[in-house]
Amino acid sequence: MKLLTHNLLSSHVRGLRPGGGFPLQIQASEVRVRPVPFNAAFVARLVPRLRWAALLEAAESLGHPSELPPEPAPDYEADEPFLRRVHHVLLEVEVLEGVLQCPDSGRRFPISKGIPNMLLSEEEA
Amino acid sequence: MTERRRRDACAISKLITSMEVQTSEDHLKVHKMKKKVLRKQVRAQHTLMRHEGIECISHATQSLVIANAGLGNGMSRHQLLRIVEEYGLVETLLMPPNKPYSFVKYGTTEEAKKAFDALNGKEVTLEDFGQNIVLYINFVEKVFWRNAVPTSLPPGLMVIEKIISPEEERRMLESIDWIGDEDTQNAQKTLKHRRVKHFGYEFCYDNNNVDKDKPLPGGLPEICDLFLEKCLKQGYIKHKPDQLTINQYEPGQGIPPHIDTHSAFEDEIISLSLGAEIVMDFKHPDGHTVAIMLPRCSLLVMAGESRYLWTHGITPRKYDVVQASELGQKVGTITADVGDLTLNRRETRTSFTFRKVRRSPCNCIYPSVCDSQKGQQRQVQPSFPRNEMEASKLEQEYVHKVYEEIATHFSNTRHSPWPRIVEFLRSLPKGSIVADVGCGNGKYLGINEDLYMVGCDRSKNLVDICGEKNFQAFVCDALSVPIRSGSCDACISIAVIHHFSTAERRLATIRELVRLLRPGGMALIYVWAMEQEYKNQKSKYLKEKNASKDMDEEINTGMAQRPLCDQMPDSSSQDSACSDRLPDDSKDEDCDAKPAADSRLPVHTNRTSFHSQDLLVPWHLKGSTKKKGENSDTVSFPAGSKEQQELSPVFHRYYHVFCEGELEAACRSLDGVRVQKSYYDQGNWCVVLEKL
Repeated sequence: MKLLTHNLLSSHVRGLRPGGGFPLQIQASEVRVRPVPFNAAFVARLVPRLRWAALLEAAESLGHPSELPPEPAPDYEADEPFLRRVHHVLLEVEVLEGVLQCPDSGRRFPISKGIPNMLLSEEEA
Repeated sequence: MTERRRRDACAISKLITSMEVQTSEDHLKVHKMKKKVLRKQVRAQHTLMRHEGIECISHATQSLVIANAGLGNGMSRHQLLRIVEEYGLVETLLMPPNKPYSFVKYGTTEEAKKAFDALNGKEVTLEDFGQNIVLYINFVEKVFWRNAVPTSLPPGLMVIEKIISPEEERRMLESIDWIGDEDTQNAQKTLKHRRVKHFGYEFCYDNNNVDKDKPLPGGLPEICDLFLEKCLKQGYIKHKPDQLTINQYEPGQGIPPHIDTHSAFEDEIISLSLGAEIVMDFKHPDGHTVAIMLPRCSLLVMAGESRYLWTHGITPRKYDVVQASELGQKVGTITADVGDLTLNRRETRTSFTFRKVRRSPCNCIYPSVCDSQKGQQRQVQPSFPRNEMEASKLEQEYVHKVYEEIATHFSNTRHSPWPRIVEFLRSLPKGSIVADVGCGNGKYLGINEDLYMVGCDRSKNLVDICGEKNFQAFVCDALSVPIRSGSCDACISIAVIHHFSTAERRLATIRELVRLLRPGGMALIYVWAMEQEYKNQKSKYLKEKNASKDMDEEINTGMAQRPLCDQMPDSSSQDSACSDRLPDDSKDEDCDAKPAADSRLPVHTNRTSFHSQDLLVPWHLKGSTKKKGENSDTVSFPAGSKEQQELSPVFHRYYHVFCEGELEAACRSLDGVRVQKSYYDQGNWCVVLEKL
């Protein structure tokens, strides 16, 4: 699971408050960093789609404090060093083993071989 | 005269005319012989066409197909090469495994003609068998054989080389006392096809089980202790085995394909190969087979799927088909590289198979082949669901569980993406975030590098396959996707919604897709169509009935692999009624499905038109891969041995096939979306939605 995927994921157990269940807290037991070719335009387009605070928190929790600013600079599209840092955190850091935990319900979702299992039982969904 | 003979005769007379054979009395004898050769040659032509789809042609080319000179009837690569090289430079020699013919391509047409003239009707002696066969030759346009997809080991299977030394091997072999057993009471028998001997518990071939209350005195031979310790230490097995079966196979002997009875033994089964290597055939119930080389002094470990779901067996024959370039060396699968196969003479092989007797019923995840779980399986045909709970249960049993079980093979049949879906994904702007809900093995996740795609599926086994390909994927249900609202630029839902069994649930999955989209975001939805013939065009699904060979996959079904027209035992679906509909499911009114008689779900006959919108589609597990007549020209292998007991469970998947307009109407009933496009694509109804 890359951190961009994590930035999209949200807990979906029944009975959460509107907008609840996000972001999922990560408890990682195995993290991998795998280089991915950098594409400035691609990353720049992703930036406005992100929940920035959730990304910072996730990077921090993996021990990859990212030197990212508290929020993207206004002229980020032209700032290659910034985009490279975002690229690294979003696309190169992957959680292989661990757990995602719903911040509201406490429900835990296992991650195994990089795959989160988000399947709920009938009663939970 | 049979139809075939008449056709042959007709073809022959043409050929004879074309060869300007003089029919004077003097030449009568010659003529008769030529006629016989021609008849056989034409017969070979027909066989190739009918069974293999190989078309022979009447004019000379560089390429020949040589009937009766195949690995399947005892011709070795070595010998055939020597025969064909006499007539010119051989560019290619293809020997497909288990087939009674081969292909050869020469550098020039002249050389091919020379070979044709010299070899057609020629009798040769198979070096390895001392048997005579007659070669029949035809020209083909080009030499072609589709190599099977590179095979991987069945999941859970390992072969560990050199687990013991030659010295240990010798000692173990010498320790077997095949004769003086009466007094030690160790069960020993000479089966029809091999010698066996049991320790710990006697394996009873009547019920394929052991009598758990009657251990044999003496337990396992001491000589095995060290070896077993090693296996435990290395983690190949978790429990110390308490049962040992020693099998001895002479060349030509084998063991029919079987699964070790689930209730008799625990998960891991290990088998040591002594004295000689051998090829063992593994077969998934869906027909997918993998041949595995077990070298001398190697250990075979079968666990999980390979132990519970795949059959294994040794074909009784004197030669194995092996890789020519690495004769006897290579562990693992025999690939289907037909340019590199030859025969390897078998020697006496002795196996030590260790198992742990099971003390409680098996609760594996393969109930279709589990004797412990047999009684629990649903025998009755399921009914159309009357409420939410029944719907969910039906899908659990007839969709989710089935995909979990067939995942490996299903994935193997899913590699060519559909063009119009690729087109949709390529049309999206760079940097788009796209969710593939119901992504299966992830065949669309890597289509466009400029997108960030995440996939999800209900089947964990399928999602694991996505993970192996380094795609972003997770496990979830399409009714409840754990992605925050409004975060996606696009979504695709390919061949998913037709697996939901009520109109509300189908609508809910579309609503869930739309929830993921940002305003302006697009969703592409594909579902299987009731109408498999549209605007007088038959869909591929119907057409592929007769084209069996080259199909990897096409339509929204797992059935695309082989013709299945003759396989359903009863054709009840032909007349069976459309199932009950929910009161509010009125969009189907225009369909030509008949009204309900009872609420049992009909079973569909594959590759026929649909007669009901709600139905079970069998995933067919062909019992035997052999086709009628395929071996009629072979001379040596007792291939169709009577004991061949194939295991062929059938899995049924629930489908709701959509009528024209039904998907579109469902989409239009949602607020905040606009149907941008609605079309028919190869037996599927498709919609492109925009979120407003």
